[in-house]
Amino acid sequence: MNISDIIIPVISLGGLGLIFGGGLALASQKFAVEVDPLIEEVENALPGVNCGACGYPGCSSFAKAVVAGEVEVDGCPVGGQSTAEAVASIMGIEAKVGEKQVAKVICNADNKQAKEDFDYQGIKDCKAASAFNGGSKSCNFGCLGLGTCVRVCPVDAIEITENMIAKIKPDICISCEKCVAACPKNVIDMVPESQEVVITCKNEEKGKIVRQKCDFGCIGCQICVKSCPFQAIDFDNNLAVIDYDKCTNCHVCVEKCPTKAIEGDINKRKKAEIVQSKCIQCTICKKACPVDAIEGDVKKEHMIDPEKCIGCSVCAEKCPKDAIDMK
Amino acid sequence: MLDISASSLFVILVSAILVNNFVLSRFLGICPFLGVSKQVETAFGMGMAVTFVMSLASIITFIVQKYILDLFGIQYMQTIMFILVIASLVQLVEMIIQKTSPTLYQSLGVFLPLITTNCAVLGLTILNIQERYNIIETIFHAIGAAVGFSLAIVLFAAIRERMEVANVPNAFKGFPLALITAGLMSLAFLGFSGLV
Repeated sequence: MNISDIIIPVISLGGLGLIFGGGLALASQKFAVEVDPLIEEVENALPGVNCGACGYPGCSSFAKAVVAGEVEVDGCPVGGQSTAEAVASIMGIEAKVGEKQVAKVICNADNKQAKEDFDYQGIKDCKAASAFNGGSKSCNFGCLGLGTCVRVCPVDAIEITENMIAKIKPDICISCEKCVAACPKNVIDMVPESQEVVITCKNEEKGKIVRQKCDFGCIGCQICVKSCPFQAIDFDNNLAVIDYDKCTNCHVCVEKCPTKAIEGDINKRKKAEIVQSKCIQCTICKKACPVDAIEGDVKKEHMIDPEKCIGCSVCAEKCPKDAIDMK
Repeated sequence: MLDISASSLFVILVSAILVNNFVLSRFLGICPFLGVSKQVETAFGMGMAVTFVMSLASIITFIVQKYILDLFGIQYMQTIMFILVIASLVQLVEMIIQKTSPTLYQSLGVFLPLITTNCAVLGLTILNIQERYNIIETIFHAIGAAVGFSLAIVLFAAIRERMEVANVPNAFKGFPLALITAGLMSLAFLGFSGLV
């Protein structure tokens, strides 16, 4: 066998490859497209789900828009605060971000609490069901629990309980608002993630009618409005509405609500505790407390009555020495 | 000197465009034909990119065949050599398009690098050699093939644009109807078969 049988193909193929490679290297310099390195950095900081919740087709076009200054750094609802901060630091500006908003089903009445008007046997889809006399639930504002939101959720954060009500897990929710748009009953709202007290009723009918239809409905008694120490609850359209900016998650309304239409776990209520070593006994907390749970005078030891404390953390915010812990 | 008559060149051109249309008669390059034919504009861009690659590739592969493969008697290296040429050319085209027309670059998407594996280009270069064309005939054959490809894909895109708004039974929506249309177009082009 002739050695040139191997040498010639190797050299000719290799040589040709070398020539083309060199040519391409030259061309790549000549036709180099300048890509802003910031765009790549911003894109890397984004979640990369390409869900389109920001209004752009994907994460890379959002990154381009951020670098071009068309959109604020906190435009990604999925990444929330941490992503906004990362993007802001890349862009060299301060992030002014709100808290992460998560989707929440504003109805807690499953088929045990809310009366059914008829037995629905149709397609297992809320849109189909609601087209037929508003669904089988006697309450026309409640969750039908047939899972239309479950099917649009890109991260499987929603599940239907056995008693036919949708529950959204806030820790999995990525705030893409797809379920909000898909729900034919408009019963899903965006709520700040740390908000523990939520009014879970959308029924705008009069109290008597609501009472007939559902055990968990807001009957418009306005007890919560009156009992709220921070005037955070308003009343509109026969429904109580919490102003989340004012609400301190003190759970007073949860305790007072006669129909349990306000969701909140009273056991999770925090209690204020004074760290005596830091306290300078200035009585500021005492004056700030809305329920007079703090006792003490100037230059005397301050005490918090845990029985009275509603965990609103107003005192902790007012304390000039950060001497109050919320536990 | 090469013996070429104008009429024989014309025959090669017409035969490549209509009679032996690469897409509709030889069934080469079906992938971009179906993939990038949703809009006339992008289809035209794809056609131009393929035209550029085809013309240059035929010339270069002709030289490679004559002065490397035939010279050293290593014709068995034809496929890999030709693919090397085509791949490099596609890279070049990609760079040029990215620089000159980012919009076209985005709409062509993955099909641009896929011209590399577009059998129409490789098929053309190998056919050039098999038919024992000389350099002038090769160029005409390449132009004909490229024009034929562009013609087919632009016509097809125009039809698909209309079908997008047409009232079609649900089961046929999208690709099924596109495939049927492609078949009908192929049948229609069969009518040219007696031309040369």
